[in-house]
Amino acid sequence: MNVLEFSALVGLGSLLAGFLGALTGLGGGVVVVPMLALLFHVDIRYAIGASLVSVIATSSGAAAAYVREGYSNIRIGMFLETATTVGALTGAAIALHVSGNAIAIVFGLVLLYSAYLSSRHREEHGIQLQSSKLAETLKLSGTYPTSEGKQSYNVTGVPVGYGLMYVAGVLSGLLGIGSGAVKVLAMDQAMKIPFKVSTTTSNFMIGVTAAASAGLYLNRGYISPGITMPVMLGVLAGSMIGAKVLVKAKVTVLRYLFAAAILALGVEMIVNGVKGRL
Amino acid sequence: MSAKSWDDQRIEVIIGTLLRTGVILAAAVVLIGGMLYLVRHGHEVPNYTTFHGEPEGLKSVSDIVHGALGRGASAIIQLGLLLLIATPVARVIFSAIAFAIEHDYMYVVITLIVLGVLLYSLLASG
Repeated sequence: MNVLEFSALVGLGSLLAGFLGALTGLGGGVVVVPMLALLFHVDIRYAIGASLVSVIATSSGAAAAYVREGYSNIRIGMFLETATTVGALTGAAIALHVSGNAIAIVFGLVLLYSAYLSSRHREEHGIQLQSSKLAETLKLSGTYPTSEGKQSYNVTGVPVGYGLMYVAGVLSGLLGIGSGAVKVLAMDQAMKIPFKVSTTTSNFMIGVTAAASAGLYLNRGYISPGITMPVMLGVLAGSMIGAKVLVKAKVTVLRYLFAAAILALGVEMIVNGVKGRL
Repeated sequence: MSAKSWDDQRIEVIIGTLLRTGVILAAAVVLIGGMLYLVRHGHEVPNYTTFHGEPEGLKSVSDIVHGALGRGASAIIQLGLLLLIATPVARVIFSAIAFAIEHDYMYVVITLIVLGVLLYSLLASG
């Protein structure tokens, strides 16, 4: 396989990953690393560097659309980014000191968890609660558009949410993923922020979080232009097509299929990591 | 411009435009660098199985800019990637200014903390 064929195949795979990621809402980054590591035998550190960059591209592209609609809360996002960015630096520092096999095992476990999360049904909790003192001081409550006009919401559980955000940052820096699932968990479950606000604010935060560790990866020579070029362009194009199709398509079946694929990749990563093949 | 017109909605629209422009610009530069790279190196055999790290010229911000100006294909791709990484950084800088115009100094401080972490990561030498 020469460079031209390698770039074309990796680009095509990334296009598919970005497409399915956008369509199912699970993000393409989560399958890019296993694809590069298992299918193309790319060293996992190069794979993580490339994935991290593609995560910035898709997050920024999607966030551009969401912020205009008025769903995301920039104060919640900015406040929690102090946790995710420091977490991302921690994750990137850990990645420098552990073996590729150890990273693969952690990656596999996160994939299994993502597959589990995506199989669960999500709904708005719709309970109107009092904002906690800390949330009030930080001015975290806000409004979002619904079919019946602007709906206001309050925020609570700030310390737990903040702690979970740090963990999300560590995973993002260690594995080169957006860890949107953990971010949504922190906002939606711990802080009781409406689901739609949680997902869009999470997306908004992913780019900044990934940029925090991407700088370190670049400085350490983990971002290779030859791999990252087809991955970034492929995932970006795929997610843009996916977002366009999303409006028309019924995605329930696809979502289960993608979750099953993530499950299989998770098991494969753990097996390869334990056997020391990566 | 009055402080009133700088409400959150307006800021969000500007941030949206900023992010989109950054991503499009970065993708265009990566695409140009990528085509040059494939024309020049398309028939070589890639080896990414063993990690050896990228060479010095492709790691630091100033080296990448110099390399790209010298029309090195890999450096042009790397410059595009650098633009992409810089997009969220620009977003954070803009947010700091917007919070300052709103006289929300608590959030100016919070935003500057995030900016500090990002700049540390980007400029810390290997």
